[in-house]
Formats: sequence, C-alpha cells, structure tokens
Amino acid sequence: MADEKKYTTVSIPKPLYDKIKKRIEGTGFTSVSDYVTYVLREVLASLEEEEKEEVFTEEEEEKVKERLRALGYLD
Amino acid sequence: MVSKPHGGKLVRRLVAERTRERILSEQKEYPSVKIDHGRAIDLENIAHGVYSPLKGFLTSDDFQSVLDHMRLSDDTPWTIPIVLDVMEKTFDEGDAVLLYYEDIPIARMHVEEIYTYDKREFAQKVFKTTDPNHPGVAKVYSMGEYLVGGEIELLNEVPNPFAKYTLRPVETRILFKERGWKTIVAFQTRNVPHLGHEYVQKAALTFVDGLFINPVLGKKKKGDYRDEVIIKAYEVLFEHYYPKNAATLATVRYEMRYAGPREAIHHAIMRKNFGATHFIVGRDHAGVGDYYGPYEAWDMFDNFPDLGITPMFIREAFYCRKCGGMVNAKICPHPEEFHVRISGTKLRKMIMAGEQPPEYMMRPEVYEVIRSFEKPFVE
Ligand SMILES: [Zn+2]
Repeated sequence: MADEKKYTTVSIPKPLYDKIKKRIEGTGFTSVSDYVTYVLREVLASLEEEEKEEVFTEEEEEKVKERLRALGYLD
Repeated sequence: MVSKPHGGKLVRRLVAERTRERILSEQKEYPSVKIDHGRAIDLENIAHGVYSPLKGFLTSDDFQSVLDHMRLSDDTPWTIPIVLDVMEKTFDEGDAVLLYYEDIPIARMHVEEIYTYDKREFAQKVFKTTDPNHPGVAKVYSMGEYLVGGEIELLNEVPNPFAKYTLRPVETRILFKERGWKTIVAFQTRNVPHLGHEYVQKAALTFVDGLFINPVLGKKKKGDYRDEVIIKAYEVLFEHYYPKNAATLATVRYEMRYAGPREAIHHAIMRKNFGATHFIVGRDHAGVGDYYGPYEAWDMFDNFPDLGITPMFIREAFYCRKCGGMVNAKICPHPEEFHVRISGTKLRKMIMAGEQPPEYMMRPEVYEVIRSFEKPFVE
C-alpha cells in the first residue's frame, strides 16, 4: 500500500513499448517499467556527471593544503 | 575530474565556533542521549560528508525505502540504513537533543521523528538472513526499540588516536586535485597487505591516475590486526614498492556491518564522496561466514546504473608456480595443483607461529613491521 505512492504512470508510444518488450526477453529485466527506470536513471546520472564540479573557497582550500603539507601528503 | 559527491553536494554539518560555544554553555538545557562508538563515528561521517547526502539519521520514510528499494525516498542509491536507536522515549519529536559519547557531547540533533521498526525485517532485507550468529544481525537484535530520525550538527570530534591519517572528503578532494589525478581508484581494507592485495591494487592502478588505499579503522574482532599495524605495514609497502606520485594512504573510521553485497555499494558510495572515480570490489566483499556468494557483490552493481562511481571487478589473485608470478583465474591456464592461494588466515597463523611467509605471499618488509610489534593482534 505504501508502494502505491511510490510509482506513477508515464506514457510511451506503443511500438516503442513492444520493441523494449522484445529487447528484454531473456535478460534480468522482468518488466518494461524496470528497464525504462534503469535507462532513465543511467541517462540522468550521466547528464549530472557533466555538470560543474564543486568548488571550495580559496581560503578554505589554502587551509586544507596547509594541513596536507604538515601531514606529509603534499610537498 | 574527481567524482561529484553522492547526491550532488558534499554535506558539511559543522557549526560555527561561536554557535558551538553557545550550545556547549547551554548543554544542561538539552535532553541528553548516550550513544555507542559506532553511532559516534557515524555522526562524524555524516558531518564530514562521508555519508553525503545524509544530513542526519534516517527518518521512517527513508528507512523503509532503503530496506525495500535500496534507495532513499528521493531515489538516490543508498543500501545501508544509518539509524540511531534508543531504548526508551526520553524526549519528543521537535526537540533538540545532545548526543554524548563517553561524556563528550558529540552532536546536537533535531529530532524530526521517533518511530518503531521490525528487527527481523531489518535483518532479512539488509543481511539476507535472520540468523543471530551473523554479527550484523546480532547487532540489530541488540538495538533499542525506537529509531530517531533527524538532522545533526557536529560539536566535537570523537577521540581518534590516528587523527593524522584520517582525512575528510574535503581534504582528499583537494589532495587529488593538487596531485593532478583525474581518475582515482579506491581500495577498501581491514587487513595488512599481502601480495594478493598488491596485485589487485596495481592491476587497477594500471588504468587510472591514482590509487587511494583507504583502510577502515573501527571495532575489531579478536585476532584482527591492530590498526597501527595495518597503517605501518602500508607505509613500508608504499616506501619500497609503490610509485610515489600515484598512490596515497588515508584512513576512515567506520563500523563494519558485514552486509556483503549491500555493504559493497555503501563502501563505494563512501569512496565516491572522498572523490574516487573507481572502486575495487573484492571477492566476498564485506561478507562474513558463508552468507553471501563469493561474487554476489559484483552482481549488485547492476542495480545501480546511476551510482556515479565505476566498480572494478578484479578477480582474486594467487601465485602460480607454472606462470612464475601472481595471476588470477582469468589469465592463468594451469591446473589447480600449480596454484598457491594466499589467504589472510593462513598468513596470520604463520606469523603467530613466528614463521616468515615466502616472499611471493608477503613482502619481507611488511613481515618485519608486523614482527616489530609486541602484540600485532587484537586480544
Ligand atoms: Zn599459471
């Protein structure tokens, strides 16, 4: 019952659905929904991967570098 | 470029110095809760972003979602419930409480929710067994009746005899950047290195810029190597056998759950937060006894196309007398009779008997380090 809230329905073209259904035969995927979820997660993750990396303030970075030098991690 | 933190942003739950002083001066006004060492280091890991995106202990929604789907309720991969248990309700939802480890106030917690849970369900879903002989299951069965969810702020570090080796994600990220490493493979360990480990690490390092050896320090079982022995053994190995600019060593404190496949994902997530782009998944990773298949953890990674760190599956290494070196089952064509398996248990027995292992099992320098300790093992 809690699961009801966890899923929603999206529409995809029927021919695409049939194509996926055929494609997942004999794989570990038990349903088209599982496969579509898998693909979407993968695509979203790879898009996020390209976004800018986190930056530290210069001051903070300098403090960290000092500690790393003191500990012998950096020359 | 190093990995993005899990969930997108590195969590830091430290309070400004003035706020900290104020909280500590008012500590008598807060309800106090005693926590054990494992929970205290969980707090530290939350506060320093090792567990990003967690900002505190799980609330019931996230807890149930982790049990059922191996994901937080917002769909972020998360396999191990990070929870705080209490025996009785001595405070209410909405309260701010102080969490104490051995009389040190470690953190302030904003109690969002207090809830009950089913220990057998917890055990079955996370450990795939309800057998109380499993150390992780035994731990769950010994937990309090309620779980407390809510965000935390760190007030004090948990005493740490190895503070100088314990780097935080913000530090490793800057370290990797300074070294010019764009791809980094992390290795999880709780042991002194033997040639099998060295082979696996160097095989992985062949494909990336840097190797990040990240021993887990924490609760030990009788017969385990002491933390300082593991550190010293790696130091001497680095000195003699590892390229200076391609490998580094730093420790993390963490209490093993022995949840096998699920914990392998958790270990990968922690290393992603440290900035690693790749993670070595071993044979029977984070397993105990024979609750999990030797390569079951490898399959688990199929469920997480969005994990954001690449697992490296490198088969267990052994010495082949015919090949004349360290190999693995995939690359050696010779029958079993030529193979010498390097087991940690076998090495430990030899060392305890005062017998030096052959050089193809353990570097002599490493053996010397172990021998230099009067008591290298936990008693
Ligand atoms: Zn061979």
